Amino acid sequence: MAYFYYPGCSLKGTGASYEKSLLAVFAALDIPMQELPDWNCCGATSYMSIDEKVALAMAARNLAIAEENGRDIIAPCSACYMVLRKTQKYIKEYAHIRESILTALKQAGLTYRGDSVRIRHPLDVLITDVGVDEIRKRVRRPLNGVRVFPYYGCLIVRPKNGFDHATYPTSMDVLLEALGCEVIDHPLKTKCCGGSLTGTLEEVGMRLVYILLKEAKKRGSHAIATVCPLCQFNLDAYQEKVQKMYSESFAIPVMYVTQLLGYALGAQHTHLGLEQHIIPVQEVFEMVR
Amino acid sequence: MASKNGDIPRIGVYVCHCGTNIGGQVNVPEVVAFARTLPNVVVAREYKYMCSDPGQMLIKEDIQKLNINRVVVASCSPHLHEHTFRKATLEGGRNPFLFHMANIREHVSWVTQDPEKATEKAKAIVEAAVYRIQFHEPLESKHVPVHPDVLIVGGGIAGITAALTLADAGKTVYLIERESSIGGHMAKFDKTFPTLDCASCILTPKMTTVKDHPNIHLMTYAEVLEVDGYVGNFRVKVKKKPRYVIEDRCIGCYVCIEHCVYKTPKHPSEFDEGIGLRKPIYIPFPQAVPLVAVIDPETCIEFKSGRCPKKCQKACREIVGRDAIDFTQKEEILEIQVGAVIIATGFQIFDPSRIPEYGYGRYPNVYTSLEVERLVNASGPTGGAIVLRDGRKPQSVAIIHCVGSRDRNYNPWCSRVCCMYSLKLAHLVRERTGAEVYNCYIDMRTPGKGYEEFYEKLLHEGVHFIRGKVAEVTDWTINPEEAGKLVIRVEDSLIGVVRRIPVDMVILSVGLEPRSDAEELRRLFHISCSAEGWFLERHPKLAPVSTYTDGVYIAGACQGPKDIPDAVAQAGAAAGEVLSLVDRGVIELEPNIAVIDARRCSGCHVCIALCPFSAIAFHAEENVARINEALCKGCGVCVGACPSRAISQQLFKDEQILAEIEGLLMVD
Ligand SMILES: Cc1cc2nc3c(=O)[nH]c(=O)nc-3n(C[C@H](O)[C@H](O)[C@H](O)COP(=O)(O)OP(=O)(O)OC[C@H]3O[C@@H](n4cnc5c(N)ncnc54)[C@H](O)[C@@H]3O)c2cc1C
Ligand code: SF4
Ligand code: SF4
Ligand code: SF4
Ligand code: SF4
Ligand code: SF4
Repeated sequence: MAYFYYPGCSLKGTGASYEKSLLAVFAALDIPMQELPDWNCCGATSYMSIDEKVALAMAARNLAIAEENGRDIIAPCSACYMVLRKTQKYIKEYAHIRESILTALKQAGLTYRGDSVRIRHPLDVLITDVGVDEIRKRVRRPLNGVRVFPYYGCLIVRPKNGFDHATYPTSMDVLLEALGCEVIDHPLKTKCCGGSLTGTLEEVGMRLVYILLKEAKKRGSHAIATVCPLCQFNLDAYQEKVQKMYSESFAIPVMYVTQLLGYALGAQHTHLGLEQHIIPVQEVFEMVR
Repeated sequence: MASKNGDIPRIGVYVCHCGTNIGGQVNVPEVVAFARTLPNVVVAREYKYMCSDPGQMLIKEDIQKLNINRVVVASCSPHLHEHTFRKATLEGGRNPFLFHMANIREHVSWVTQDPEKATEKAKAIVEAAVYRIQFHEPLESKHVPVHPDVLIVGGGIAGITAALTLADAGKTVYLIERESSIGGHMAKFDKTFPTLDCASCILTPKMTTVKDHPNIHLMTYAEVLEVDGYVGNFRVKVKKKPRYVIEDRCIGCYVCIEHCVYKTPKHPSEFDEGIGLRKPIYIPFPQAVPLVAVIDPETCIEFKSGRCPKKCQKACREIVGRDAIDFTQKEEILEIQVGAVIIATGFQIFDPSRIPEYGYGRYPNVYTSLEVERLVNASGPTGGAIVLRDGRKPQSVAIIHCVGSRDRNYNPWCSRVCCMYSLKLAHLVRERTGAEVYNCYIDMRTPGKGYEEFYEKLLHEGVHFIRGKVAEVTDWTINPEEAGKLVIRVEDSLIGVVRRIPVDMVILSVGLEPRSDAEELRRLFHISCSAEGWFLERHPKLAPVSTYTDGVYIAGACQGPKDIPDAVAQAGAAAGEVLSLVDRGVIELEPNIAVIDARRCSGCHVCIALCPFSAIAFHAEENVARINEALCKGCGVCVGACPSRAISQQLFKDEQILAEIEGLLMVD
């Protein structure tokens, strides 16, 4: 099956290493994927709170383009994933929203019929379409002995996504296990990473980051694995600040699950964006037994 | 228009308001006025409650005064009152099958929202009935004798109670239990709410009475395989699984178990909910009935490799002198005949690993309530000591109510017994360990005699009650006080704060749900299940232990969550229904049998092979097939199959059905 890939703004910016490693993983698994032509911003969570209608119309434009071509959209960024799914649900369930969105789309020469386009998370595609067994078979550099703290964040599981549990997801766990990692079980998988609060209400945001870092450290993690550019950024970039605020030292590499996957599947180092982290990630691979 | 049997139909139509059930939605006067315009309708009336005595009187009087010879009542489902109105027709002086019921309540007023459309639909249904009734003819009901023996499926407290009641009344009872002992869930408990009497003290005597009762044939380790027949005459095939121990020879002395090559028990005991261990040969609990050993072929070395020294067998032979162990035992199929059936197969508990945020299966000290019932049981794996997996005594225990119940993500219903058993467990935990106990509940539901008083008592025993649904159970600790403990997070909705409570042990008060194989049993006995999977009673208030299949009754928790007193009450009720049926001795069957018109039958044999009840035989002298009235169940298979269209079915004749369709289509 061929997919459209919807990068959203973050994968072209702060999340560049997510994009790189994702493309590397899909190439390694021979999954054809093409960037959605002429895509636009999904509006993320911020536009939604300013003008919901315009935000929904913007997101819907991407759906309309995908529908025209009859392909599923892979949305790796958690915010994009949530916003696109939310938009689809609103269009389906609320007639007045559907009408105003269709009017807006019409002016752009587009139309949107319904929910034939499926919005997919990379984890969903990897687990459901590719399958863990297939991935296990393709592992060339197992990550035996690497202790990974899987962290899913709050956005991909809400509203219920149909491929994983809403409070205790396991899709990333099974993927990491297939790579040989030692997966750390913990109850904070979907706790908030602080989101944009790290920029707006620093004290609250930092505390949330601290909770996650502390738990990862306590449980002896070599790395935290994420699937969201904002989670990755918060947990990676603020370790020094948290260290000062809470007088506790941290140096935990925070990686995209696709970087670990790409490495294990044998992708070239330079294709994984491994150098684009604040806490260096090289030592993670030195833990391999 | 003259009817087929020569008389001129004189039809009476009676439209029921059912209070506002029908009248609130359907314009009844308009339907009545419409009915008056239909062919052969002599009188059409409305009445508030047709099933009441005055309602039935209308029919009887019209038959006598206006010489009505066909009756149509437009009211509720025939399930509810067909019998009532057939009887009224008979009492008025007409054959009861000259009556037909038009359902304008379940099929119209309860489901059609627009009053105008509802009225139009009601008219169409009435017209269909009026057209159909012209072709009704007098029929005679079949009477067949009722076999006096009774089958009871499930040997929990409900099945046991029903069996004893019937056996004491002199009936022969077959009690089929799937496990190796009867007793059901109740046998696992130490104490029972609200009086805290010892479960085995009140249950064990009943269990042994079952075993010794001359009128009860107890079959354990057995299941129903096939059911054939109908009310009064069921033929049932029962499968007895091999236990590899000859029941009549075993005296339950435990010697074989002591001598098994496994010196210590290694396998999780099913009866102990996996808290305790057993050997491949075992007796599930000391009060088991029958007190007979069982060998589990999945874990026994002899079955796995064929190379066990079989010390168990040797010990039984040489030390006990019984030679009861037989590795060659095969499963047995028995056939029994009964007139009535009581299904009392109980419930299963909700599997809490479906709620991963409660950590069951991940954190060893998170238990189900049923596991804790085994822990507190004096004859359980710890001899009644409440201890954690590592043997420590807990100092703090949280009991989480409503696990899997009252939750749209899992089961929407209230499981009814868990508030009360949570209180019971809170009391026992406090009494035996002195631990701090936190009961987290959404609502405290304690209706029942002495139940609220029990709650009141617990309030004074120092148990903490927190009103709020627990969000999660974690090992995420944030201060030294919490170190090494499980932390529950719960919103205390009475003081409006989110609390973290560190505890040593968490008990999940899991809900009750239908057994996973309820659907198979439902199909075997042709009964219905509610949407949730509980066996469906014929009427929720007035026929709570009957089903829509005559002769099949339900009792206990298989019908819905209930406690022991209610299960016992239902078992008594079901036994009463069975006695009333069996002692009547005969039953009347619907005369909906198929009839072959010998003039049309070409003797092709098609129907003979198809009849699932072997009711059709070939008569060579006349070269025709003939149906045995006593055997035909009116399934209709032959009717549709006969290439010469020689077969018709009473109450479902072509002309009746076609007239009904015509009537339906007449209203524009
Ligand atoms: C943890 C817990 C504590 C409780 N504590 C109390 C209490 O203190 N007081 C109280 O009043 N109530 C209590 N209850 C409720 C009580 O368990 C039920 O009311 C009672 O067990 C219902 O009895 P039953 O015979 O209907 O079902 P069950 O006890 O479930 O018995 C059904 C029997 O049928 C058998 N069976 C099932 N399917 C088949 C089949 N297909 N063929 C043959 N046999 C079959 C089963 O093996 C079982 O023996 C508690 C419940 C739980 C979960
Ligand atoms: S006959 Fe049926 S519809 Fe009429 S009052 Fe009785 S129950 Fe209601
Ligand atoms: S030794 Fe024989 S008689 Fe005794 S319990 Fe075992 S099988 Fe039964
Ligand atoms: S055959 Fe062997 S393993 Fe099986 S019950 Fe007997 S002694 Fe135990
Ligand atoms: S009885 Fe109590 S614990 Fe059980 S489901 Fe109902 S409210 Fe919840
Ligand atoms: S209706 Fe026909 S096929 Fe069915 S039981 Fe009667 S004779 Fe047999």
